[in-house]
Amino acid sequence: MNNLEKLQHAFVTVMKIDPALVVDAFAYGEHREWDSLAHMALVAELENAFGLMLDTEEIIAMSSVAEIRRILGVHGVAF
Amino acid sequence: MTAPSTLLDLQGKVCVVTGASRGIGLACARALAGQGATVVMAARQADPLQAAAAALNDALQRPCAVALPCDVADPSSVRDLFQQVFRDQRRLDILVANAGLMADAPIGMVTAELVARVFATNTSSLLYCAQYASRLMARGGQGGSIIALSSIIGVQGHAGQAVYAGSKAAVIGIVKSLAQELAASQIRVNALAPGFIDTDLTAGLTPTQREAALGGIPMQRPGQADDVAHAALFLASDLSRYVTGQVIGVDGGMKV
Repeated sequence: MNNLEKLQHAFVTVMKIDPALVVDAFAYGEHREWDSLAHMALVAELENAFGLMLDTEEIIAMSSVAEIRRILGVHGVAF
Repeated sequence: MTAPSTLLDLQGKVCVVTGASRGIGLACARALAGQGATVVMAARQADPLQAAAAALNDALQRPCAVALPCDVADPSSVRDLFQQVFRDQRRLDILVANAGLMADAPIGMVTAELVARVFATNTSSLLYCAQYASRLMARGGQGGSIIALSSIIGVQGHAGQAVYAGSKAAVIGIVKSLAQELAASQIRVNALAPGFIDTDLTAGLTPTQREAALGGIPMQRPGQADDVAHAALFLASDLSRYVTGQVIGVDGGMKV
């Protein structure tokens, strides 16, 4: 599984959504499945999938798939 | 039925204890390590902290204690602490949020600096520590136990200690809220409310103040740091696996 597939898998696992929805424009709050509880579950999935620990500011800044990719990139996760 | 001694076993568990270089924090670190846990000891001053960790490793003849300097009043220092725990240990099971300070003043002499300093160390620090700790506990799916140190002063109040009392009363509100929020993740959150405990914090009392304090204790003796540590051990272990959102007084029946 490459990193993009890991990212999509995390969304699908937490939100039970179609992986095709997981594109850069997909944003927090725009889909009813991506609420605050799902967001924290998503963070846990991403941390486990990529073996890292995010800080609070990064978690709050993860407002879209594009932002998540950018922040994971800071931790050395390449897409 | 599982034997109590088995439920007390903490082998394989990872704990963080703040304010761990002395007093109640050090006693908690000893108690947890004594049941087999690995204990990350945190405190502001590196030298006494490292000495305390080394002494604990020597006493138990195994590398059970790690010293990580941290100022819990600084959110970035708390972040660094828990990220280091993740890098080194990859898991967290128990947090004892013990670091605190007592600074008394009559209400007419309470400064903004005093309020900020006491609440940052005693109250805000719990929020920041619990934030990172709960994420580490939840991600492994194993849950955990968060133990916060409140105080009998936070429960009953005391003249001349409005700031300290407020900071410790707030701890109870945080604990009860987090207990509800984190229960589904199998993370238990409880508070200890020590009474008059013989530590550095109380060593500065005058004989008159000490006598007055002891006069309010039906058990007629001051508590020891180990008395608090043993209550922490109960809350840390599976002996209390169905206990959350509680405030346990460790005070010999004291009334302020």
